[in-house]
Amino acid sequence: MTPELLEKYQQRFKCKFPQAIEAFAENLGKAMDIMPEQQVYQYLDGANFLCSIGQGVEPVLVFLEEMPIIIVTLGVDSIKSITKYGYQLARSPNKAALIPFLKSLRLISEHIKNTENLKLYFTVIDEFIDKTQTVIHGHNSLYESSGLVPLLENMSKLLAKLDLTGVSNFVDYGARNYHDAPDQQIEYFSLASHDAKSIINRERKGTTFKQIEHKLIMAKDCLWECDLPITHFSTDLDQIRIPQPYLDDEVIAVPDVYEDENSVSGLNRYRTMLSHLMSHNKWSSNLMADNYAPQMQLMVSVFEDSRVDVLAMRLYPGLRKYYLALHPYPQKGACDGIKVSTLRYRAARLSRALIDPEFDPEDDLMQEMRKEFNGLLSSGKPSSTQEMSKLGTKYFIRSRQDSDSLPTMFFDNTEVSYRDDNRCFWYHYEEYDEADEIVPNEYQNDEKIVDSADSLPPRFYDEWDYISQSYRPDWTTVYERLHPSGEANKIDQLMSKHGELAKRLKTMIEILKPQNKKRIRFQEEGEELDLDIALRSLIDFKSGQIPDLRINYSTTTDSRNIAVMLLVDSSESLNNINPETGQSLLELSQEALAITAWTIDKLGDKFAIAGFSSDTRSEVRYQHIKGYSENYGNEVKARIAKMQAGYSTRMGAAMRHAAHYLQSQTAEKKLMLVLTDGEPADIDAKDPKTLIKDTKKTVEELQAKGIYSYCITLDKNADSYVEDIFGSHFTVIDHVDRLPEQLPKVFLELTQ
Amino acid sequence: MCAPVALKKHIKEKMDINQYKIEKEPFYKQLSNEVELYQAAYNAKLPMMVKGPTGCGKSRFVEYMAWKLGKPIISVSCNEDITASDLVGRYLLDSNGTRWVDGPLTMAARYGAICYLDEIVEARQDTMVVIHSLTDHRRELSLDKKGELIKAHPDFQLVISYNPGYQSLMKDLKQSTKQRFCGLDFDYANAEDEASIVKTEGKIDIEVANKLVKIGHTARALKGHGLDEGISTRLMVYAAQLINQGIAPIDACKMALVRPITDDADIRETLDNAIELIFG
Ligand SMILES: Nc1ncnc2c1ncn2[C@@H]1O[C@H](COP(=O)(O)OP(=O)(O)O)[C@@H](O)[C@H]1O
Ligand SMILES: [Mg+2]
Repeated sequence: MTPELLEKYQQRFKCKFPQAIEAFAENLGKAMDIMPEQQVYQYLDGANFLCSIGQGVEPVLVFLEEMPIIIVTLGVDSIKSITKYGYQLARSPNKAALIPFLKSLRLISEHIKNTENLKLYFTVIDEFIDKTQTVIHGHNSLYESSGLVPLLENMSKLLAKLDLTGVSNFVDYGARNYHDAPDQQIEYFSLASHDAKSIINRERKGTTFKQIEHKLIMAKDCLWECDLPITHFSTDLDQIRIPQPYLDDEVIAVPDVYEDENSVSGLNRYRTMLSHLMSHNKWSSNLMADNYAPQMQLMVSVFEDSRVDVLAMRLYPGLRKYYLALHPYPQKGACDGIKVSTLRYRAARLSRALIDPEFDPEDDLMQEMRKEFNGLLSSGKPSSTQEMSKLGTKYFIRSRQDSDSLPTMFFDNTEVSYRDDNRCFWYHYEEYDEADEIVPNEYQNDEKIVDSADSLPPRFYDEWDYISQSYRPDWTTVYERLHPSGEANKIDQLMSKHGELAKRLKTMIEILKPQNKKRIRFQEEGEELDLDIALRSLIDFKSGQIPDLRINYSTTTDSRNIAVMLLVDSSESLNNINPETGQSLLELSQEALAITAWTIDKLGDKFAIAGFSSDTRSEVRYQHIKGYSENYGNEVKARIAKMQAGYSTRMGAAMRHAAHYLQSQTAEKKLMLVLTDGEPADIDAKDPKTLIKDTKKTVEELQAKGIYSYCITLDKNADSYVEDIFGSHFTVIDHVDRLPEQLPKVFLELTQ
Repeated sequence: MCAPVALKKHIKEKMDINQYKIEKEPFYKQLSNEVELYQAAYNAKLPMMVKGPTGCGKSRFVEYMAWKLGKPIISVSCNEDITASDLVGRYLLDSNGTRWVDGPLTMAARYGAICYLDEIVEARQDTMVVIHSLTDHRRELSLDKKGELIKAHPDFQLVISYNPGYQSLMKDLKQSTKQRFCGLDFDYANAEDEASIVKTEGKIDIEVANKLVKIGHTARALKGHGLDEGISTRLMVYAAQLINQGIAPIDACKMALVRPITDDADIRETLDNAIELIFG
């Protein structure tokens, strides 16, 4: 730098704060490295401008420090927009956000990449401020948006997970829901609240496991015939090390989200990764890790991973393009091997050479190993993990370099993203208690878990919030488990007690059964000759008129094609005793259920039964009593016999879960019968309307899915809410002791 | 009411049961000892029930057996609307008044043919009561409307096919019907045999046939995920025929193997993906 130029710059820089002058000196060199002279002037002008807006020296310091790097990504035009926006903040009630705003820009610029997006980004903040600045009555002034500072501080984290639309939705949700609750607003925008996590999860960019779970499970079943369940883990970018997929004896664990990579869609990345894991499952056998040095293990893994990949491509040739697209292609000479260890670099190149015949490793040893590897796998042979361990050991020994022991490892472009951590075939003599590497997904409801061997993995359902008129994503956690069993003959006894009723029902069933025939007359071709018509036609014919040829009749039957879900409230209140009979509501429900199940079974309709209760939104219990494919036999009866009551009634969540099964039934008509003794309620829903409105919403959702919901309630005071929820689809049972009689009747009437 | 003797004779003369004989040997790949078992049942004149999923070769087998035994075969595809009269026969109107026409079952019993009722569960079960008297020791059929009692011809045999897969309670066979038959269980052939069937029937290379079979197996693994039935041998043969017409294998498979069996978008996508992986 010539003294003249320095002189020019110094003159241009007008800010006189001593700290600013110091910062100027420190950052000028950096700025000049990046920018030509003209742009440096613009940079200095920007600093001058911030110096003049009356916010002291700090904005200037941050600007001088950060701006050169921002310019690299966003270009020099961003200077004007940034200073202008800063000025706007400084004049507003949100002055305090100026510094966080400036400080956040550098990380943000990495995500938003150009000035177009920068403008969009400013709009997102503007909208947030618009919605959250509070106007105090009587005063004309505005108060700051309490969530703005935490929002800016966390913006780069948000942008790492969401695109700008996602951020905008996230911001919008928080602004609407915590408008009048500054503390909660702060918690939300600090990304600390449950809601914040749920919304981030909902808005995540890339393909989430949840979106493709069903497809992935089907791919696993149909391509690999494996029964292991699939679970997922968090790949939060804050984590020090992103965990790899893995497979063990119990589970297949996959990341919660995949972004597209090298034109492979998230879904196909999931499938490709699954193929790799499943190939291990199919072809890998165990190796004792203790027999190998860690670096040796790395090389053995390369051979074994490549072997199962080659076998998988043999079985499913279409996999090739995905494996090759996702596998790194480390260029020759990318790593010098002087200051850093090239172990991983070599491993990645070798691996590429083994699965990609087109790849030229330009390395004699690798060529030789490739030949040997191909020999072992030639003419359809699968080779074995053992043979790979020999190859790996051999390659490791022959390729060893001094630099292998250097502390710094060359990592760039060496990670094969579709591969797992290989714990599935490395075994240890002793299982030491190493901490579980898999961090539970922080963006899930991760509260207490119902412990039961019989329970399925929890499922999450949205819940409707009538105040904000929006869904709370994944708000409820439903645990499904098999209902415990009691004595089946208890149910048979109950049935015999109701012998009279059963007899009456039987006649009704006979009528409804699709055996009753209807006669359809005037058929040209039919089952029987319709004598009246035939004679008339014959007479017509004989008398020279054109006869009616439709002289037959046929019969048809009305067929029933119904799938039914009986959803039974088993909340605490069912323990109430009916003073007249001394029977509890629960016992009555059991009786009613037994008779209704018997009726439906006799009719031959498909049906399932489940009980539900809840203990806050994080524990909705769904008890499987009868599935569609199960017969109504002793097992089912035993479960009905064991029904117990406890906890609350989060009806919406239970209905959504039940609908999940009912929906997949093939039937013309789908009916969900909900038997309950009170309104939807739960201990964590303080506003009694919340769950009523949510259940109403559920009924609408079900309707849209072609499911007809109907409520039978034992609550005499149900009129106040049940109509709101179910419209006209409900029956209130006034004399509870008549439930066993009423329930099947209601069913029969609904379905005739 | 009895049909005039002349008319009866008239029908007899015109009726040539041999038109129902199968001239050319149908291609049938024997999978186990089913041919011998069937032969024994035929010799004993026992009614037969062939059970198995759609398109696994039940009809082809029965056809083949008829050919092998040199007997005529009359097949009826059952459906919801089929009635007892459709099987037994009915009066029709013609210029001379009413005229009795034998149904396929009567014809087979009268003149000695194998009567094959395909997919019997599709018919309503009360209809099937008419076959009862033919399937026990009586081996006779009473034509109530005509007032005739037919003693079955010694060559007559009743064979039904039945798919236990999608039995709904409504559609299952009555116990009283089931209990009248000997049963032969059929299933899709093992991969190797199935490929050779697809190869011969579809006139394609064994490599392509193997791939079609592999795709079929992926779909069969999805039963219970919302697929009632997997991909049948029949559909594989269709796919092979399309490929034979010059259609790209991937398109042929999507069209012949996937679209017919599911409307579920997720399943469709999963199977399409499997096809792409298999054909590469
Ligand atoms: N064992 C076999 N030998 C020859 N072809 C077979 C065999 N099994 C199935 N097929 C093929 O499958 C097709 C469908 O068989 P089909 O007998 O119509 O099935 P089903 O009666 O069981 O529904 C046949 O047309 C034939 O091409
Ligand atoms: Mg691996």
